Amino acid sequence: MSPELGHLSLWLAFGLAAIVAVVPLIGAHRGDARLMAVAEPLAVGQFLFVALAFAALTQAFIVSDFSVRLVVASSHTDKPLLYKISGVWGNHEGSLLLWMVILTLFAAAVAAFGRNLPVSFRARVLSVQSMIATGFLAFILFTSNPFERLIPAPPQGQGLNPLLQDPGLAFHPPLLYLGYVGFSIAFSFAVAALIDGRIGPTWARWVRPWTLAAWMALTAGIALGSWWAYYELGWGGWWFWDPVENASLMPWLAGTALLHSAIVVEKRDALKSWTILLAIMTFSLSLLGTFLVRSGVLTSVHAFATDPARGVFILALLALTVGGALTLYAWRAASLEASGLYRPVSREGMLVVNNLFLAVSAATVLLGTLYPLIVDGLLGEKITVAAPFFNTITVALAPGFLLAMAIGPLMAWKRGSLKSVVKDLRPAIVGTALFAVFTLVALDGEWAPLMGLVLGVWLVLATAMELAKRIKLFSTPPWVSLRRLVGLPKRQWGLTLGHLGLAVTILGIAGSEAFTVEKLVTVSRGQSVEAGPYTFIFEGVNPAAGPNYTAVEGHFRVQRGRQTVARLAPEERTYTSPPNTTTEAAIKPLWHGDLYAVVGEPEQGGWSARLYYKPLVSWIWAGAGLMVVGGAISLTDRRRRVGAPTRAKADRADASAGPKSVAAPAE
Amino acid sequence: MIRLFVPFASLSALVVVLALVLTPPASAVAVDPNGRLKDPQKEALARDIMADIRCLVCQNQSIEDSNADLARDLRQVVRERVAAGDNPDQVKRYLVDRYGDWVLMRPPVDRRTYLLWGGPAILLFLGGALALANSRRKRAVAGRLSAEEEARVQSLLDEVNNP
Repeated sequence: MSPELGHLSLWLAFGLAAIVAVVPLIGAHRGDARLMAVAEPLAVGQFLFVALAFAALTQAFIVSDFSVRLVVASSHTDKPLLYKISGVWGNHEGSLLLWMVILTLFAAAVAAFGRNLPVSFRARVLSVQSMIATGFLAFILFTSNPFERLIPAPPQGQGLNPLLQDPGLAFHPPLLYLGYVGFSIAFSFAVAALIDGRIGPTWARWVRPWTLAAWMALTAGIALGSWWAYYELGWGGWWFWDPVENASLMPWLAGTALLHSAIVVEKRDALKSWTILLAIMTFSLSLLGTFLVRSGVLTSVHAFATDPARGVFILALLALTVGGALTLYAWRAASLEASGLYRPVSREGMLVVNNLFLAVSAATVLLGTLYPLIVDGLLGEKITVAAPFFNTITVALAPGFLLAMAIGPLMAWKRGSLKSVVKDLRPAIVGTALFAVFTLVALDGEWAPLMGLVLGVWLVLATAMELAKRIKLFSTPPWVSLRRLVGLPKRQWGLTLGHLGLAVTILGIAGSEAFTVEKLVTVSRGQSVEAGPYTFIFEGVNPAAGPNYTAVEGHFRVQRGRQTVARLAPEERTYTSPPNTTTEAAIKPLWHGDLYAVVGEPEQGGWSARLYYKPLVSWIWAGAGLMVVGGAISLTDRRRRVGAPTRAKADRADASAGPKSVAAPAE
Repeated sequence: MIRLFVPFASLSALVVVLALVLTPPASAVAVDPNGRLKDPQKEALARDIMADIRCLVCQNQSIEDSNADLARDLRQVVRERVAAGDNPDQVKRYLVDRYGDWVLMRPPVDRRTYLLWGGPAILLFLGGALALANSRRKRAVAGRLSAEEEARVQSLLDEVNNP
């Protein structure tokens, strides 16, 4: 019964979305409050019905209702509960439904918490959001119905890909979607603003918290995915420039640029047209990612569900959404003349440099991802664009980007002085130079990762100098500095922790690339293997079993000198439904690096094993964590919060004056 | 198509140099320990080559990263060629002759890929020029007075000059 209830809910949500896509828009145009008032309750209603559908599907998975085709295809009675639930989004139909839950969740959140937005603006935002919802609900209902029955029901399901049966991957898709679907709000804000022609610092203040929330989720989602690859795929790699990874990286890069350019709009009323374009492009890249992943045009290790017929539908949706928004932009953007002027050497100028690098990076990822398709299409020849290309370009772009990133926060608005920034940064420059000399003399490795280390140290020092300057460290008595530190605005922590987080991630990437020690061996019981300063001693294997797999468990004792620092028990698991083997690496994270062991097949004279010491590798994810924490602190900044009372009063006053009569305050 | 790419030809020289210099570090992986070459230097060389060869049946993985049977076979081919004394270019040529450019993880720089390798530099340059020109234009426009303001200034000046 409940699958039909879910299916019905989806249709009802579709109906509500179609109404909200049109009616409040007309209301806003005519200034009819009754038509605009439709938006909020129906936006909440959309969310409730989609959530109900999602709950119905989840229930079908939990009780293993094998009369539902999707449950048969990706579940099994023996799976632990967590993976029965994560199986809901471990397939095409279910993951789209999750996508919809998040899209409508954001719309409902704007309806519920966006009370300070002018009525007509809120109505338009919800309309645009509902247009997207209408399109994607149609896609689900017409091409990817998750509730399709299978009669007669088979007695058992086919199970979920064992690679996906992992806590990291259970939570990876929801976070990722929260991120890239969350950018839909920035998109809807941008399109609504283009329609009513009102863009200024107030608009930037409205859009920024939503973008920041989405960005945090995306950062966490990407980090979680890469961490999963690191411990689950069993060769210690953590980023493969796989098209699916690229699909999530592009909106992240564009979204990061958007967060920074919105600051310029908010503080200086400049870069408005560019910021609107970025907001449109960020979500467009999310949609493109969805298209690439869901259509299967690019076959990759992630493409679990592929069906070209669906691809055409998504491509049409993509063309309509992006094309529509860009047409509107081309038509209206000329009216967004900026009023905030600035010299190239200024905070604004540095933020433009930031945007330039991030936009070029996003474009490079896009170019590299699509290039093989283009060459194949135009010339009929097959080439591969993979990690070596992306790494090369990343290494080439990094120094300029990180240089600007370090000096930007110290630059004055409007007209800055390079000289005074250099003066502020003198200790960081000296420190980095000393470290660079040390690197050249004492460290042995390939030059690119060593350069990464130097750049990481540079960014850490420069970020620390910026904070020191804010709290007047050393130029006032320590207790005054401490008081200033406590009293810093919360968004300052967003800057400091965000930049520090990236520096830590870079150090992690560079350190692990430069210094990883790998031993590829066949070990027999009692044998010891040296890896860097550590000795791995093999203590044999024993069989093990889980709820739906059997495994061979290897045992290693790791010593440094005479002292045992870790015991590692990697597994090789064999699943029966569907039949597959996975390696479960055993990892002991230490602050300066990870000990990593994988056990493989029995070989002549023992077991094959891969043993690593990977210096600094866990800093990659620690850095991402810092970025998310910085975002979270910044999000609680009262002055930026959507519902902050002083702001709200002013905006309501604006709204009551009628939609067309108000220009952005600073214009 | 060929014509379209010609303007970027001079840039490509730079790109080739960059591509050669910026060789990123290979991720450290491999399987089949029993197949390893006895000479550790040759084994290391073979491993470096493997990182640049695509596993043809698995998407976006090098043969160094993959557990697929074909990858295993290709690893053995690479090791055999290296043991026979081939240098990395010869090994890659050997594989490209059999499988096409598709087998290379790093696309070769030629007329098909000028736009790929040169794209980021072109975008950075164009974007930078555009941003600079834009900020200049805006400052120039803002510095100028409107006709109305000109007239007002003129009348004020007249008042001052001819009291």
